[in-house]
Amino acid sequence: MSTQGQAMAFKLDAEPVDTQKPTVGRDVRETVGEVRVADPRVRCTDVNVHYGDKHAIKNISLDVGKGEVLAMIGPSGCGKSTFLRCLNRMNDTVRECRVTGEILLDGEDINASHIDVVPLRARVAMVFQKPNPFPKSIYENVAFGPRIHGLCNSKSDLDVVVESSLRKANLWDEVKDRLDDVGTGLSGGQQQRLCIARAIAIEPEVILMDEPCSALDPISTAKVEQLIEELRQQFSIVIVTHSMQQAARVSQRTAYFHMGDLIEVSETDRLFIKPRHQLTEDYITGRFG
Amino acid sequence: MTNPTKASTEGASSFARVQAGMARRRAAERRFKLLGRAAVGIGLLFLAVLLTSIVSRGYTAFWQTEMRLDVVLVADEIDPEGTRLVDTLHKADYSALIKQSLRDMFPEVSSRRDRFALYGLVSNGAAFDLRDRVMADPSLIGTTVSLWVPADDDVDMLMKGHIDREGPEADRRIKDTTLGWIDQLEADGRLALRFNTAFFTKGDSRDPELAGIRGALMGTIFTLVVTLALSFPLGVAAAVYLEEFAPKNRWTDLIEVNINNLAAVPSIVFGLLGLAVFINVFGLPRSAPLLGGLVLTLMTLPTIIIASRAALKSVPPSIRDAALGIGASPMQATLFHVIPLALPGMLTGTIIGMAQALGETAPLLMIGMVAFIADVPQGVFDPATALPVQIYLWADSPERAFVERTSAAIMVLLAFLALMNLVAVLLRKRFERRW
Ligand SMILES: Nc1ncnc2c1ncn2[C@@H]1O[C@H](COP(=O)(O)OP(=O)(O)O)[C@@H](O)[C@H]1O
Ligand SMILES: [Mg+2]
Repeated sequence: MSTQGQAMAFKLDAEPVDTQKPTVGRDVRETVGEVRVADPRVRCTDVNVHYGDKHAIKNISLDVGKGEVLAMIGPSGCGKSTFLRCLNRMNDTVRECRVTGEILLDGEDINASHIDVVPLRARVAMVFQKPNPFPKSIYENVAFGPRIHGLCNSKSDLDVVVESSLRKANLWDEVKDRLDDVGTGLSGGQQQRLCIARAIAIEPEVILMDEPCSALDPISTAKVEQLIEELRQQFSIVIVTHSMQQAARVSQRTAYFHMGDLIEVSETDRLFIKPRHQLTEDYITGRFG
Repeated sequence: MTNPTKASTEGASSFARVQAGMARRRAAERRFKLLGRAAVGIGLLFLAVLLTSIVSRGYTAFWQTEMRLDVVLVADEIDPEGTRLVDTLHKADYSALIKQSLRDMFPEVSSRRDRFALYGLVSNGAAFDLRDRVMADPSLIGTTVSLWVPADDDVDMLMKGHIDREGPEADRRIKDTTLGWIDQLEADGRLALRFNTAFFTKGDSRDPELAGIRGALMGTIFTLVVTLALSFPLGVAAAVYLEEFAPKNRWTDLIEVNINNLAAVPSIVFGLLGLAVFINVFGLPRSAPLLGGLVLTLMTLPTIIIASRAALKSVPPSIRDAALGIGASPMQATLFHVIPLALPGMLTGTIIGMAQALGETAPLLMIGMVAFIADVPQGVFDPATALPVQIYLWADSPERAFVERTSAAIMVLLAFLALMNLVAVLLRKRFERRW
């Protein structure tokens, strides 16, 4: 926690310091800040999630803009992963999980009865906390998505997609000579970039990342963060992170969650420098979580 | 490991206490290892005793005493009209020729009783061997052929030392006159132990010297093929459905409990079920490997389903998430990623189930696979028996020569089991190496 504090202090020093205190008190649960953007890729309105009796996500409205990285932070158990998994209906696989509210992807309700989750997940791909490459060759890992979605008609097409995906994931130079080695034999950071390559091979519109760097060393983390910055040109990215510096480094907007409530959404710089909600300030100054 | 400098900074007393306890901990460690070794050792000892007793009793069955006869193939006896028709050659009285050749060797034997004993030296199968020989090459008719024919099982047992020569004649299976003939034949080089090919090429027989394991072996193979072909796909499909697709509710819980209970049902009950349903209702042929395979499938299915479900459960959920997260349908995730990872475990379950099926006797008794069947089955519809049933049948036979054949049949069964396990190990290796 102390290193985090120092890093924040450094960032705070670099910007003009505003000593104004948060104006919204701890007991307020309405979302503070700019939940809407002008040109949304995803628009969520009044989303609620229940696990059986447990109310895990309470009335959350939030937009994800095109070409932006949205970071989600908050103490563990506050519902970041749960909310993230709503965006490509991964919660369907969880028994007892009930999602209500409206989630529009390009204006279309993804929870509508006629929507098929398979093409939906091809548009909203997911990268997980623990790198989970398939225990198959590196090539097969990347080729699986394009193959099942029928994106490539020939082996040479597939080769092109695999190479470009690995290049975009900044992994090509490290693995180009051993595409037939198993993906699980790579280092943790390489595995996670392989998982990202696997996701971008199907050319989704949105990539969801659930704490993608929590199992990685600092150097691998830096590589993945650089990659996220590059991928923003093409995809919308929603990233859950437990590291505030990471949120500050990679995202344009940040959402702070607290016990199932969305407390505050702002431009990332603003949220860390001048939080408007007392709970946000508590969290980023290390008084909570 | 223990680091003295570190320990001393933290307080000598705790380090000393750790040191003092070490001797006790090491002793406990040693005792634990010793117990494990003893357990493994006792297991191996029992296995060794079992194998030695079977092999030492059974290995002689792989040799069979044969007798060299010079048979005059009298043309008038075999084919008086000289037509050489297959039918004629088939019907000829070859045993008369064999008896004649025996009489030629011992012309002094004249009384009816003695002649009867003399004819008893060779097996009933000798005439069939001679017939096969003549039918294969009719030009032999008119010549004298010298051929090795199986000796009677009593002669065989005597040659192998399993029957006493000593003691009062009245108590002996082989009387003095017969002993004299046997000694003379042996001195003439007309009696010898030769490799028992019949044991591997023939079906069952009432005469031990003619009885072979092939019928039972083929019956077992056909039965197991049917069992495997039905139980593996069914079991895996059921396990995959229950584990990956079925909603978890009261019905699936009920099904799960029932499958677990089925695994514990005594196998003879499955035999009764086969009798009642497959034979009486569906009218399937009695004693057929198809029927045996169906019944053993019922018995093996729960084992395969339970093992396959355990294998599927042990596939990390992250693999499913990974596939679903990039838009694989549940079927694609299961087929391409989950099943390949679970396959080695599924194969283990299958081989355990098949090994059980291989050794199963009770249900086969209920569906008539215990009948005496001399012909080697050619397919899954032919009447057949199975190795364990054959072992049971031979063990039940009074002739001394069936004792060694019983042990030999057990050896064949064990060899078959070892072969099956080997195949399973190789398959597992192959599927594991793919990753
Ligand atoms: N599968 C589940 N079943 C029941 N409760 C769950 C499940 N997954 C998460 N939860 C609960 O929902 C809340 C939010 O969890 P999660 O979204 O994983 O939090 P975060 O990712 O922010 O740490 C937690 O209280 C957690 O206990
Ligand atoms: Mg989480």
